[in-house]
Amino acid sequence: MNYWLVIGVSFCYLALLFGLASWAERRSAAGRSFVGNPYIYALSMAVYCTAWTYYGSVGRAATTGLGYLAIYIGPTLMAPLWWVVLRKIIRICKVQRITTIADFISSRYGKNITLGSIVTIVCVLGIIPYISIQLKAIASSLDILTGVNEVGRSPLFGDTSFFIALGLGLFTIVYGTRHVEATERHEGMVTAIAFESLFKLVIFIVAGVFVTYGVFNGFGDIMQKATQLPDFERLMTFDNESGFSQWFWMVVLSMLAILFLPRQFQVAVVENVNEQHLNKAMWLFPLYLFAINIFVLPIAFGGDLIFNGANVDADMFVLAIPLSEGKSILALLVYLGGYSAATSMVIVATIALSVMVSNNIVMPLLVAIPAVKNNYQNQLTKILLFSRRLGILVILLLAYLYYKGVAEYYSLVEVGLVSFAAVAQFAPAIIGGIFWKEGTKNGALAGIVVGSIVWFYTLVVPSMVGVGMLPNSILENGPLGMALLKPFELFGLQGMDYISHAMFWSMFLNVGLYIGVSLLSKQTSQERNQAEVFVDIFKYSTVFESSIVWKGTAYIPDIKSLLVNFLGEKKAEVAMKAYKRKYPEPEDESGKADPKLVTYAEKLLAGVIGSSSARIMVSSVVKEEEISIDEVLNILKESQQLISINNELRRKSMELRRATEQLRSANERLKQLDELKDEFLSTVTHELRTPLTSIRALSEILYDNPEMEREDQEHFLQTIVKESERLTRLITHVLDLERFESGKQKLNLGPVQIEEVVRESVQTLEQLVQEKNIDLVVDVQHNLPTIQGDRDRLMQVLVNLVSNAIKFCNPEHGRIIVSGYYIDGDIKVNVVDNGKGIDPEFHKQIFDKFYQAQNQNIRKPEGSGLGLPISKKIIESHQGRIWVESELGKGARFSFVLPVRVNVPANV
Amino acid sequence: MKGKEKLKVLVVDDEPSILMPLEFLMRKNGYQVYIARNGTEAMESVDKEQPNVVLLDIMMPDVDGYEVCRHIRESEAMNGAKVIFMSAKTKDADIKKGYDVGADLYIPKPFSTRFLIEKIKELTQS
Repeated sequence: MNYWLVIGVSFCYLALLFGLASWAERRSAAGRSFVGNPYIYALSMAVYCTAWTYYGSVGRAATTGLGYLAIYIGPTLMAPLWWVVLRKIIRICKVQRITTIADFISSRYGKNITLGSIVTIVCVLGIIPYISIQLKAIASSLDILTGVNEVGRSPLFGDTSFFIALGLGLFTIVYGTRHVEATERHEGMVTAIAFESLFKLVIFIVAGVFVTYGVFNGFGDIMQKATQLPDFERLMTFDNESGFSQWFWMVVLSMLAILFLPRQFQVAVVENVNEQHLNKAMWLFPLYLFAINIFVLPIAFGGDLIFNGANVDADMFVLAIPLSEGKSILALLVYLGGYSAATSMVIVATIALSVMVSNNIVMPLLVAIPAVKNNYQNQLTKILLFSRRLGILVILLLAYLYYKGVAEYYSLVEVGLVSFAAVAQFAPAIIGGIFWKEGTKNGALAGIVVGSIVWFYTLVVPSMVGVGMLPNSILENGPLGMALLKPFELFGLQGMDYISHAMFWSMFLNVGLYIGVSLLSKQTSQERNQAEVFVDIFKYSTVFESSIVWKGTAYIPDIKSLLVNFLGEKKAEVAMKAYKRKYPEPEDESGKADPKLVTYAEKLLAGVIGSSSARIMVSSVVKEEEISIDEVLNILKESQQLISINNELRRKSMELRRATEQLRSANERLKQLDELKDEFLSTVTHELRTPLTSIRALSEILYDNPEMEREDQEHFLQTIVKESERLTRLITHVLDLERFESGKQKLNLGPVQIEEVVRESVQTLEQLVQEKNIDLVVDVQHNLPTIQGDRDRLMQVLVNLVSNAIKFCNPEHGRIIVSGYYIDGDIKVNVVDNGKGIDPEFHKQIFDKFYQAQNQNIRKPEGSGLGLPISKKIIESHQGRIWVESELGKGARFSFVLPVRVNVPANV
Repeated sequence: MKGKEKLKVLVVDDEPSILMPLEFLMRKNGYQVYIARNGTEAMESVDKEQPNVVLLDIMMPDVDGYEVCRHIRESEAMNGAKVIFMSAKTKDADIKKGYDVGADLYIPKPFSTRFLIEKIKELTQS
């Protein structure tokens, strides 16, 4: 393919990234940020999949078989733990304004400069090979695609990959060093990275589908043909014990890499806008890893089958297959996919490293020189930005040189694993640091230094031997002939592959020294402070400024000028305003700064120049006093207690509120009951007063008028008797109802024939019916099942219903139908009249006590107002139901049902 | 009282067993008696007969006694008429309301007929 076309397309792609990033930043400035989206976050984490994955996995699968999967299994296993580990790290970094992994370690162990710079150096040393393999991948893919032998070209200006590195540097400088404050997010960059993650995934899957279904006839076809390959069995099985140890160490390595690789730390921690995004990433990221691995084996075996024996680098199968099939457009896309995988890693890694270098090496060096600190303070921001930009270029240049010098001779995965092993050295200090308060600076320092030396000796030195930089005798006989120090058989340990061997020794010594030295050494108060805050971050993170303990004297103007120098006028002012909003207390008259302001300023500065440099800058303007560990712990404990007391108080007051609420509603209920009782009483007495009035008036008149007509006397006496009966009835009803309501009423149970009860009830009212000339029809099914019940009580109900019907049926042509039948396991009885009916509004209320008495419209002279409520109680105590159906002007139909087979408790 | 025109008394109650003795009592004491079984009847009778004394129950279907009393007090023809409530409602609030709408007397049920007559006489003499 035309060389310049491919170069042109590559730069067009880079231009596309520029465009995307600047569009994203403009959107973000307009308040419609992309990075608020959890999918963008999860995709940006897929920066884990670099050219190593894109090209290297296929190469690895083709040469060593299933082993390539280990570095995806590790992160997949790690993902569920993110909620425990990564969320904690994110929270710590946000609270402490930490921007790099070096700053994290240095900050945890008392903001120690030495530790920060050592971590930075190890990171740079460890990651440069990794960046170099990306450059190598780009160059090799360019070679394959164009047929020009790029790899063999003279370094630097005759070499396209040099210009590619330069172009990447430019992009990184533009989008990675926009703001001096490293805690500010690189939204444009993150969006571009997320896009690249999507792009490389889609293209790789397209290529995989092409190989599997275009070149071959599906998975089955490839695998079947692959079984013919001489290597097949070896590739698909774990060969021996060292195979397992290699798997184990690979999984461990990649578990640590997904957390501690500087680029992963950058996208997962620094660029995280919302801890909740982790929830999505925890399943989306493993899914991504799964998706990008589906076609690795088919492509690897496909390549083996197609190029059987031909001299094609297995790392480049994914590109070589479409080319050999003459699909040049697809090949170009595959090239771009690989290019995107490589560039995303390079961009993020160089940003992370450049911030690390500037904040942990350049800055501490500068602020350590009194002349610089005092005279050029206002220039420091510029120096900082400049050093970061320069750092990016230097790192890329170093990576380029490493690629030319070493990486060219090794496979992508071999070089990549060396980088993984380097960052794994930080694991004890970090994981220990966030879960174990006793870890000390000396322990961390000892572990990291010794672990890194072992790493260098067992992994880097052999690779230097391999390319001829060092004599072969070191590997064969050990340095200066000391066999115990042979890099691949350290202290005589044999039988492991070189990665497992290196990991075993480096981790053994690293962890051992970290714990051992930590237990033996003492923490300074500063260290203790940070240890407390890191381990218990979730207890402290709600306390805005109290997580750094500080004692001394500082003046507000000094603090302000410090902020202005590093943040600029505008941002410093905004920051001061934010502080005042948080703590509105008036400033001290003497201009002395509150300790809270000092720690606030220190954190702001830490976001710009790293925590150890910030510590130095702040201590240069304040007069600090020694503070003992006990004091630190006390102050921290107090702030913690404050929170827990607050929580306790909140909980207590919640409980109190709930209890009050319960009391209030109980009281409300009681009041209602009381009111009901009152109302009942006053209604009862009211109902008693009416007949009493009549009886008293009649008796007095009889007494006062002995000369009354005989006829009148009889009429009066008759009325007195009737009213007395009414009184008696009322009293009986009230007592009945009271007994039912208090549960004292006992049912006198026995077998009851409903038909008989109906007939008897009607009979007792026969006379009334005849007087009123009412047409009463009884229609009860014969042979109704016998039920268990209280015969007298049920009769009371029927008498009540029928006498109501008699009272309310049409006065001229009264008609009442009483029917009874068996339906659905129940006996149903209806009493239907042809009176004026009942408004549906009152259908429920008429079963309430004294309802008719309260509603004068349907009051009738003889009723006690308790008949229906008592009927309801009786029916309900037989586990039945009573109700009315009626419309105004259309009569009423009172019905009740009684279940046939039911055990009525005798004591209801 | 004799020789003069008889005083007109309107008795309003929805309980026949109360109307009956009161009607007898009024007639016995020489009053011209009118009967109403509910509020509507009472107001019709008030408008038509313009009684001098109204014995008024409160709780009745349709229009209640308070309403009837208001009607009486709004009517010019009824100027000087006496209104006596007789009610089973015995709460202070009910009694106060009775006086508020313009009653001359509020007698809680049950009451003595002798007391009632005495009071009617007092009211009509002054």
